[in-house]
Amino acid sequence: MADVVKAGSNGVETVTLTIDGVEVTAPKGALLIRVAEQLGIEIPRFCDHPLLAPAGACRQCLVEVEGQRKPVASCTQTVADGMVVKTQLTSPVAKKAQAGIMELLLINHPLDCPMCDKGGECPLQNQAMSTGRTDTRFHDHKREYPKPVAISTQVLLDRERCVLCQRCTRFSDEIAGDRFIDLMDRSAAEQIGVYRDDAFSGDHPRSAIDEPGYEQETAEPGDEPFNSYFSGNTVQICPVGALTGTQYRFRARPFDLVSSPSVCEHCSAGCAQRTDHRRGKVMRRLAGDDPAVNEEWNCDKGRWGFRYATASDRITNPMVRREDGELHEASWSEALEMAAEGLRNARDGAYGVGVLTGGRLTVEDAYAYAKFARVALRTNDIDFRARPLSNEEADFLGSTVVGGTDVTYADVDAASAAVVVGLEPEEECPILFLRLRKAYRKGGFAVTAVAPFLSRGFTKLDAALVEAVPGGEADLLRDDPRVAETLRAPGALLIVGERLATVPGGLSAAAELAARTGAKLAWVPRRAGDRGAVDAGCLPNLLPGGRPVIEATARAELAGIWDLEAGIIPSRPGRSTDQMVADAAVGRLGALVVAGVDPADLADPRLAEQALDNVGFLVSLEVRRSAVSRRADVVFPVAPVVEKAGSFVDWEGRLRTFDRVLTTTAMTDARVLDAIAAQLGVALGTGDVNAVRRELGGLPATRADRIEPPRVSGIGAARPGDGEAVLATWHHLIDLSRLLEGDEYLAGTARVPVVRLGKVLAERLGVAEGDPVTVGTERGALTLPAAITELPDGVVWVPTNSPGATVRRTLGVTAGAVVKVSAGAPAGPILASGGSR
Amino acid sequence: MSATAVTVPRREVLEKLTPVLTKRWLSPDAWRIDVYERLDGYAALRKALAAHPDALIQLIKDSGLRGRGGAGFPTGLKWGFIPQNDGKPHYLVVNADEGEPGTCKDLPLMMHDPHSLVEGVIIAAYAIRADRAYIYIRGEAVHAARRLRNAVKEAYAAGYLGRNILGSGFDLDLVVHSGAGAYICGEETALLDSLEGFRGQPRLRPPFPATHGLYASPTVVNNVGTISSVPYIVLGGAAWWKTMGTEKSSGPMIYSLSGRIANPGQYECSLGITLRELIELAGGMQPGHSLRFWTPGGSSTPLLTAEHLDVPLDFEGVAAAGSILGTTATQIFSDQDCPVYATYRWLEFYYHESCGKCTPCREGNYWMVRVYRRILSGQGTYEDLDTLLDTCDNILGRAFCGLGDGATSPVTSSLKYFKQDYLDYIEGRTAPKLSDKALVGAH
Ligand SMILES: Cc1cc2nc3c(=O)[nH]c(=O)nc-3n(C[C@H](O)[C@H](O)[C@H](O)COP(=O)(O)O)c2cc1C
Ligand code: SF4
Ligand code: SF4
Ligand code: SF4
Ligand code: FES
Repeated sequence: MADVVKAGSNGVETVTLTIDGVEVTAPKGALLIRVAEQLGIEIPRFCDHPLLAPAGACRQCLVEVEGQRKPVASCTQTVADGMVVKTQLTSPVAKKAQAGIMELLLINHPLDCPMCDKGGECPLQNQAMSTGRTDTRFHDHKREYPKPVAISTQVLLDRERCVLCQRCTRFSDEIAGDRFIDLMDRSAAEQIGVYRDDAFSGDHPRSAIDEPGYEQETAEPGDEPFNSYFSGNTVQICPVGALTGTQYRFRARPFDLVSSPSVCEHCSAGCAQRTDHRRGKVMRRLAGDDPAVNEEWNCDKGRWGFRYATASDRITNPMVRREDGELHEASWSEALEMAAEGLRNARDGAYGVGVLTGGRLTVEDAYAYAKFARVALRTNDIDFRARPLSNEEADFLGSTVVGGTDVTYADVDAASAAVVVGLEPEEECPILFLRLRKAYRKGGFAVTAVAPFLSRGFTKLDAALVEAVPGGEADLLRDDPRVAETLRAPGALLIVGERLATVPGGLSAAAELAARTGAKLAWVPRRAGDRGAVDAGCLPNLLPGGRPVIEATARAELAGIWDLEAGIIPSRPGRSTDQMVADAAVGRLGALVVAGVDPADLADPRLAEQALDNVGFLVSLEVRRSAVSRRADVVFPVAPVVEKAGSFVDWEGRLRTFDRVLTTTAMTDARVLDAIAAQLGVALGTGDVNAVRRELGGLPATRADRIEPPRVSGIGAARPGDGEAVLATWHHLIDLSRLLEGDEYLAGTARVPVVRLGKVLAERLGVAEGDPVTVGTERGALTLPAAITELPDGVVWVPTNSPGATVRRTLGVTAGAVVKVSAGAPAGPILASGGSR
Repeated sequence: MSATAVTVPRREVLEKLTPVLTKRWLSPDAWRIDVYERLDGYAALRKALAAHPDALIQLIKDSGLRGRGGAGFPTGLKWGFIPQNDGKPHYLVVNADEGEPGTCKDLPLMMHDPHSLVEGVIIAAYAIRADRAYIYIRGEAVHAARRLRNAVKEAYAAGYLGRNILGSGFDLDLVVHSGAGAYICGEETALLDSLEGFRGQPRLRPPFPATHGLYASPTVVNNVGTISSVPYIVLGGAAWWKTMGTEKSSGPMIYSLSGRIANPGQYECSLGITLRELIELAGGMQPGHSLRFWTPGGSSTPLLTAEHLDVPLDFEGVAAAGSILGTTATQIFSDQDCPVYATYRWLEFYYHESCGKCTPCREGNYWMVRVYRRILSGQGTYEDLDTLLDTCDNILGRAFCGLGDGATSPVTSSLKYFKQDYLDYIEGRTAPKLSDKALVGAH
């Protein structure tokens, strides 16, 4: 007897049934198809998907159940005590029923396999082999459609291949909440489509449904395209080659590809993924299957945003700036020597060396920078934060975040309520969004958004809004009774985003609120490397392993492990990114070592560029030419994620380790730092990723006291005057990020940049939906179409870094600032346009 | 039955007519509330509102009333499934989609006597504790919808609908909703999806409408004929109702006769009457025609032949003859009609109306229609007949809902009784009925 679950284990009610003569005990309510699977009996299926609600549409999974008049769809049938089931293995009725369905599925399916993207990994092809006939009895005309229909720039649909299993529409509806594709028409002309104006207005040429070549042209104006950040999942779960990704279509055959497990490098969600490559080139990426993290999903950014690594501006050799003032390719030894000399001079000079590491490093590389700064450069002037930040945040990270793994995806599943502040999960951590939505759909889970308005993402979570004017969040967290009440429920979560750092007192209030209510607190940064950088010590106040710089015990522990003389690690906290930038801009920084940081991301990009221009000496470790490398004195090429092994630490604090996918000569940051350190006479020991892992993994827990949580009080939201408003802003998932360059199909599904403003303000300005509105500061102005939204009066929202809306560069401010708002475009030359690099 | 001239029905056959639901049809203007009230209208409602709802459910159980929508499910039992005191809203939905080919009993009822339906709705809603009811009427039936809307308006004005009906404290709102003309929206769960504003496709069961129906709340879906029977049972009592019909198929039934008979129309008789008697009531076959095949209850019920003239037309009798009582829509075909062509036309209907959700119905009908087109244009093969039967076997009991099952009925039954007619096309004895234009592209 096989036990799919141990009877009575963890209180699960069980039933005992027989499948193909084998007695099996399974949880009550389990689906027959799943229980059979666990016995190793594979029942063919199309519409069934373990993460979607049962549909019973394709009828491929029919089995015989004793006492039932008709064959039963095993994907919809729950198991019952005493049930006697016979699958195709033991029942001629089931076998015939399955063969019959397979034959019917194939009558209208083209004989396309030799040129279909799915051929070789196609459930239809495979199951036609296992379940189908060897020859066809169908002698009539197959259904035809013009091909393909572009249901978005990313996803194409070849309708004649579709088996109408509805996995794609069910995914979009149930999982993502984006009902942009649906079944249209009926009978044999039933098809997946997007919403089309003309389909409803009647003047579209349409022929009878049974005529071959039934008309539906490709995308037309008035269509409502498939607007979703998760559309790629439909391509992955389509059991035939009907849905294809534009980027991959016709580029490779599955059997020519090598598949390597990998981890997404974009956001802090930590998605497992599969990278498929051929002869050293990545052809596509898919969501990996990790039930604890991303289940079987990912977002379109993770799936399709990988061309940056093969862009034509990739740096392949070191470069040094010679007497002519230009960068020239150089040998490694020359570049290393030059770098070491410049850094040594700066280190021993008046102003020292700073290190900016950004949020994209693996935890191994981040650790190498943290150690390099302390050991080789003898400084705590290191900061990973390449965005608006605060000292309060550094204390919050050191006291409340570092090393913690208190909140996991499973906690979201089990939570009763969540308060989300300073974070737009759908835009900034898409898989966390899907988990929140899963919990919401299951029921018994309520989301409260502390935000200026309910975004589309929050609407899909049916969230309650605690309306916040940017800057006022701290007060709300401290005083709002709804928020505290919600968080007092057992199993409640307080989820804060990195943007809360820009609200004075915000993170202090969050930590205090969590302590006061007993809610678990999670900090969700935006980038894959952010959390690892905290744990690895890429902060001016934190050494690796959460060791506070100011604690002698902490420094002594590290000096012991690193085999240093006392006093090498400075005892005072270093400078933050903002302080380093400010100091460098006025010549008070001897040198900067910069990893993949885009100055456009920093709080004040103009000042950051000045800093890069005026710093005494600039070393850049980069994958591609950038605003930093262009200004550097020495440039070292480093490996993109796909060409190195490493780990990210996701927002949960979970280690996401991956191996190298493509073998190239590119080196990790850690290895380059190791070589520079060697020139400086320091054995960094980070040349090999396994060595770094051993060292990092072997760091003992610190005995030093933790940093005290910050106690900064809020100052409230700014009060705008006439013609002014408080700025709200955050990133769109798909924006001008450098890691999305070159992925034009992906860019086609970016959300349209708009200025959001409330009805009252719009009326005062006399603007209607879609009219141009200008948002400006002393520095510049940007003009976008108006989207009238339920916003508090006196607040405007624009995306942070989208085409036509490069807030930091153009306006020089961030959320919470007071900006000028006016109708129409500004007189004179338009100051703002897309980001310049 | 012989092909003779129009006959006058004999007295003993005439006595088989039991006009109950049809009794007002010939009264002029019975669709107006004042006329309806004069003809016993709304008397049952007053009586019902004085009773406990549970007593009404028991009454309907006792009467043995079975659903008139085709499946013959016991109505009282269905009402009894509605959970009580569950804190959820309850709904009553009347299925007035009447799409089964040959069926024409609900539309004339709503045209001639709409208030009997409205009265039935109020009583049924009261019994199941629903305060909202819907009549989902076929989109093309604009005339009947108009009559019905007018009746609902009149009923509101007279205080039979709305708040505190007749001072009983019972509230009910009734909405007449026009569908968009899809046969599948007569299937009760597709109907509910359509009513909710979605694409009409059948839902997965369980959960059943009794617990998760309209807007996921307990819902009773009943046919027009079922609900319209209720006031008569309330007035006449269960015992009286059972004086008509047979033990397991009680009451009167409206038989819709169409085709090669002298006087097509609706004949309300006790359940269990035979086709022989019905034809006599309808004045016999049309001159020059003799019966060859017929449907007992719409095109989804397997064909019967002249051998079956004396089969009692109740649920059990027709089942014993290998068919289904269905909607008692008897379509009558003669020796001048071709069973192959008739089947083909029906199949075109099922093919066109398949909702597309499940593989067997969507693809199977697509295929079979094409095989028929080939056979009827003189290009059929012997293998085609096996393919048709086997395809039916792959659809029947494999499809998601009854539409797919129903589509196989004419195919299998015509092949059972009239295989020779098929062979005549295949072997060239019958001239092709379709030109090979229908086959463009076939290979
Ligand atoms: C394809 C299909 C079409 C149907 N069409 C109708 C219809 O038009 N009218 C109707 O009353 N029942 C129709 N039914 C039956 C309904 O699903 C349901 O059984 C009936 O409305 C229940 O009412 P009753 O119990 O009063 O008969 C249809 C069923 C199927 C499978
Ligand atoms: S496109 Fe693919 S996933 Fe969608 S219904 Fe068709 S076969 Fe299924
Ligand atoms: S959710 Fe984040 S980690 Fe996952 S695929 Fe998208 S960008 Fe990558
Ligand atoms: S049998 Fe299947 S395709 Fe046909 S109508 Fe029912 S659900 Fe739709
Ligand atoms: S897999 Fe069960 S019906 Fe589709």
